[in-house]
Amino acid sequence: MHIPDGYLSTKVWIATDLVAAPAVVLLARRAQAKFDHHRIPLLGVMGAFVFAAQMINFPAGNGTSSHLVGAALLGCLLGPSAAVIVMTAILATQALLFQDGGVLALGANIFNMAIAGVFAGYLPFALLKGSRLGLFLAGFFSLLTAAVLALSELLISGVAMPPAMLSISFAWFLVSAAIEGALTMSVAVALERIQPGCLRKPEFAGRAWVTTGAVALLLGAFGWLVASDHPDGLEALALRAGISGRITSLIASPFGDYQASFLADPWLSRPVAGLAGMVVIYIACLAISRGIGATSREGV
Amino acid sequence: MRHTRLELWSRGTTFAHRRHPAAKIAVALTFLVCIATLQPSGWRIGVLYFVALTSMAFAARLPVPRLHLAAAVVLPFAGVFALISFLAGTPEKGLAMMVRAWLSAFTTVLLMATTSQPDLLAGLESLHAPRFLVQVMQFLYRYLLVLLEEAGAMRAAAASRAGKLRAREFRRAAAAAGVLFARSWGRAQAIHRAMTARGFDGHIPRFRSLRLTWPDAWFVALLATFAIVARLAIR
Amino acid sequence: MSRIVEVRGLRYAWEDGTEALRGVDFDLEAGQTVALLGANGSGKTTFALHLNGLLKASAGSIQIDTLVLNDKSLPVIRRKVGLVFQDSDNQLFMPTVLEDVAFAPLTAGLTSAQATEKAMAALRQVDMEAKAHKAPWHLSSGEKKRVAIAGILASDPSLLVLDEPTTFLDPPGQRSLAALLADLPQAKILITHDMTFARALTKEAVFFQEGKIAARGPLDEVITRFDWY
Ligand SMILES: Nc1ncnc2c1ncn2[C@@H]1O[C@H](COP(=O)(O)OP(=O)(O)OP(=O)(O)O)[C@@H](O)[C@H]1O
Ligand SMILES: [Mg+2]
Repeated sequence: MHIPDGYLSTKVWIATDLVAAPAVVLLARRAQAKFDHHRIPLLGVMGAFVFAAQMINFPAGNGTSSHLVGAALLGCLLGPSAAVIVMTAILATQALLFQDGGVLALGANIFNMAIAGVFAGYLPFALLKGSRLGLFLAGFFSLLTAAVLALSELLISGVAMPPAMLSISFAWFLVSAAIEGALTMSVAVALERIQPGCLRKPEFAGRAWVTTGAVALLLGAFGWLVASDHPDGLEALALRAGISGRITSLIASPFGDYQASFLADPWLSRPVAGLAGMVVIYIACLAISRGIGATSREGV
Repeated sequence: MRHTRLELWSRGTTFAHRRHPAAKIAVALTFLVCIATLQPSGWRIGVLYFVALTSMAFAARLPVPRLHLAAAVVLPFAGVFALISFLAGTPEKGLAMMVRAWLSAFTTVLLMATTSQPDLLAGLESLHAPRFLVQVMQFLYRYLLVLLEEAGAMRAAAASRAGKLRAREFRRAAAAAGVLFARSWGRAQAIHRAMTARGFDGHIPRFRSLRLTWPDAWFVALLATFAIVARLAIR
Repeated sequence: MSRIVEVRGLRYAWEDGTEALRGVDFDLEAGQTVALLGANGSGKTTFALHLNGLLKASAGSIQIDTLVLNDKSLPVIRRKVGLVFQDSDNQLFMPTVLEDVAFAPLTAGLTSAQATEKAMAALRQVDMEAKAHKAPWHLSSGEKKRVAIAGILASDPSLLVLDEPTTFLDPPGQRSLAALLADLPQAKILITHDMTFARALTKEAVFFQEGKIAARGPLDEVITRFDWY
């Protein structure tokens, strides 16, 4: 599920980086404000735990085996904002040290697994008040959403895939999602036995969390539609959704017009748009951390 | 372990190793963007980048073949999609994908082989990445090996007692994961205790003061210009 | 001689109700070394954790260097009491040896330069200067233990509390650790199950039993009395 570099089209990786990077900056600020710094070692060790837990193979019954992904579990244990940060730390470490997932594609991977994965899982967990079914559905939807988003990003990027392949993928996603759900549930239950009270009471205080969870699920469903419709590129998708103008300008601006007039040649425009996109993302992140950080500057 | 190998390489002292990590990150990102936007017809640029990156690795006195091997881990995944593209009748697309994936992975490996993990994190921080995230990454990395060892030991212990885990032993595996979690949690508390004992008040002190130097500026200017000009000029 | 530790009627129960300490009285003079013996689970580690305020006693009082331990004196006392934990991995959490040893001075507000100087001096004391820039996880167990001790020495403590310092060490490692500790002028509390190691460093022992001090006296007498070979 870790998308490497080189697969996503420029538009897709810029768009996902553009969403993921500022979101992570924002959530890091939130997590920092909410959990004091005393929790940093805990969060780091939990990241290492998920890494290590991914080493434990779970027999899946049909001769294959599977392993935990962990976004939903972390969400239920640490709360969504801290879980997003821990998942982001995991994905960044995997990309840099293990070439598991790309660096430019990190935005997409964070978006799918850390952000959508955590929130889509947190919604059923919170709605079902932390019951076993809630835990199962947390793992189920977390993985399903992340996988569907990854697939639809690849398809939007123009990665060819025969329809037969698609059905197989979907079937496989459903199986993996069920396994992740069962894992999340059984690990959480095992945990409760060892360390009673370790699962967080789902908090409804943040209506924003629920909304975000719902949006993540919707996005997953939308990705499903896109993928099952198999359009060939972003334009087709945008047309179908009837938001063509907005999305393209959203993604390509302010270089959209640039591209059209100055550098009509895609040969030139692509790398320029890519580099400029990086700069825009960087500036957006800086602005967010400055703007919101004014209240809670850390002393050195 | 992969990352211990990278760590070993990253302890060199060549010109590349000594550059400011933020400078190396900037160069790596420029290369990554230029590579990611390569089209099937741009194979000449791909070859040029391959030569350039490989010579950089040589200049940094790194074991080049092993670096390439490390980057090649992306190929199996890439291969599947290349095969699909081939079946779908667009083989050149699939090939381009493989080349981009491999060159990108090589760029990342090169960055990590010339930058130690503490330096990388310091570099990210100097680029204003959220401190909270950077510190979580620091602790994650620090305890990765410890917990992997514990997981390995538990696996060995389980295997020595029960043989291979079978389908209905799913629960047992889950319980093992639960135990691993409890151990990790306990460890996190012990670490926190050790930190508090030494005066930790919630702020991890910043230690390294990295400074950008002129060689760093030249390093970025030359390599980034090279990557961009090559990308735009050759067709 | 001044009194470095004075503990009176210390009691503590863990959250799950385990009564780990049931009225401990304990004194130690400056520069003195004492071995803390006792069965597994008798409360030695719990006691050590109280000495620099990591756990809050449910009853009793603790004075370190004539300072009563309370919220106000806590930061000063944390600097005076150096705790060396059993598992060095938990203690070495920073990315390089130097950074780890400099952690306490930096937290105490020293500049990077001052902290580096302090850290290097402490590393010199334990003979680990050469590894200053290594990652802690690449050190051997003995080296880790030395670095952990350096990390404590860097904040100039007047009392060292070592919780089972010889675990994971081979015999030569144990001998060299004993030699290193013997050279340090600070008062020391050695929690240990290793009698050879205890004998090398002190002639006095305290015996813990079910959360209380059952005996205090010459090491060999205590050993014979409790069959603690
Ligand atoms: N975190 C904890 N929660 C609950 N009980 C604990 C905890 N830590 C220790 N205990 C209990 O407190 C008692 C004293 O434990 P302590 O660790 O102080 O023993 P010890 O003398 O250091 O033993 P050892 O020689 O095995 O290290 C034991 O009964 C133990 O089970
Ligand atoms: Mg103990």
